[in-house]
Amino acid sequence: MAHSTATVEHGKSVWDGGVSPMGVSYGKLMMWFFLLSDAFTFSGLLITYGLVRSSHPAFTGAPEAFRFSAEYWPVPEKVFEAVPFLHGYSLPLVFVGIMTFILIMSSVTMVLAVEAGHRMDRKAVEKWMLWTIIGGLTFLGCQAWEWTHFIVGTDSPTLVKEFANGQWITKEVTGASLKINQYGPQPFADFFFFITGFHGFHVFSGVMLNFLIYYNAVTGVYDRRGHYEIVEKVGLYWHFVDLVWVFVFTFFYLV
Amino acid sequence: MAHHSHEPQVTVLPPNKEKIKKLWTVAGILGAVTGVEFIIAFTMGHGPAKTALFVILTIVKAGYIVGEFMHLKYEVKVLFWAILIPTLFIIWMLVAFVYEGMKMPVFQ
Repeated sequence: MAHSTATVEHGKSVWDGGVSPMGVSYGKLMMWFFLLSDAFTFSGLLITYGLVRSSHPAFTGAPEAFRFSAEYWPVPEKVFEAVPFLHGYSLPLVFVGIMTFILIMSSVTMVLAVEAGHRMDRKAVEKWMLWTIIGGLTFLGCQAWEWTHFIVGTDSPTLVKEFANGQWITKEVTGASLKINQYGPQPFADFFFFITGFHGFHVFSGVMLNFLIYYNAVTGVYDRRGHYEIVEKVGLYWHFVDLVWVFVFTFFYLV
Repeated sequence: MAHHSHEPQVTVLPPNKEKIKKLWTVAGILGAVTGVEFIIAFTMGHGPAKTALFVILTIVKAGYIVGEFMHLKYEVKVLFWAILIPTLFIIWMLVAFVYEGMKMPVFQ
């Protein structure tokens, strides 16, 4: 971009005015600072997950002996082991792995759109933005399936103790909501919905922004404007969404 | 729609092959690191060593995404540090909260 290099007169500081000291346009700088604040929000969610998890006992037995129970925090790979069309098979983390791959690929297509924008290549921007949108929508579809499976539950129910009408009762539970959870302590389900939901909403917003950029590129708005810098700004947001998923993948699914 | 006479003259430059190749290399690295994480997830027993390894690999991935894809590595140093230094607070928050969590009585 034109403003990426700051040249100043000899003996003057870049902070004396007239140039962008950080070498980026106002919009891009503000996008960076927004993403920094968003990083703090996601950290708040993930770190609270860490706090609550570490205050619950962990499952200490052999992996084969694992059963869902409210007594200890569940092992994530025992919870997330379903894959569409493969009902009954235990495929731990495979579907999440596919989702991670989809999001990384859509990040690559986004950065290729940015590269095409630098060259004023409208056709290439259109192509790569479309791939990015498809990647984002596929990810959202996967997440919708993942949520449905988590809410509906497994084939066999878990016995959960519940305090109702002044006494403790034991009842069979399948699936999870914000009130009841078959997989383990209640906060586990709550965090699943809040963390992946908040991330999913970011992806949804990103797809909307990507579509707007795509539409404007197709109608020639950026050719008339003379630059494609907006692709970079929305690209930053899109990569950030990918970045957050990398952390969610590690701290929610792997650890 | 705009009239054709008002359409601007746009000069399209050829693709930067070197840059595109580098982007695909980064994508390959990200995919490979995720693959390694999968192997670790199923071959190593649970413990602090496994968690530490996952954290390191995650930071490697984050470094590639922020540095290469988000281009932060090539920005002016002031911007680079303005983004990076505040994230130190996240590490502080993480250590403090998880430490507190381990000291807390069990909920149920």
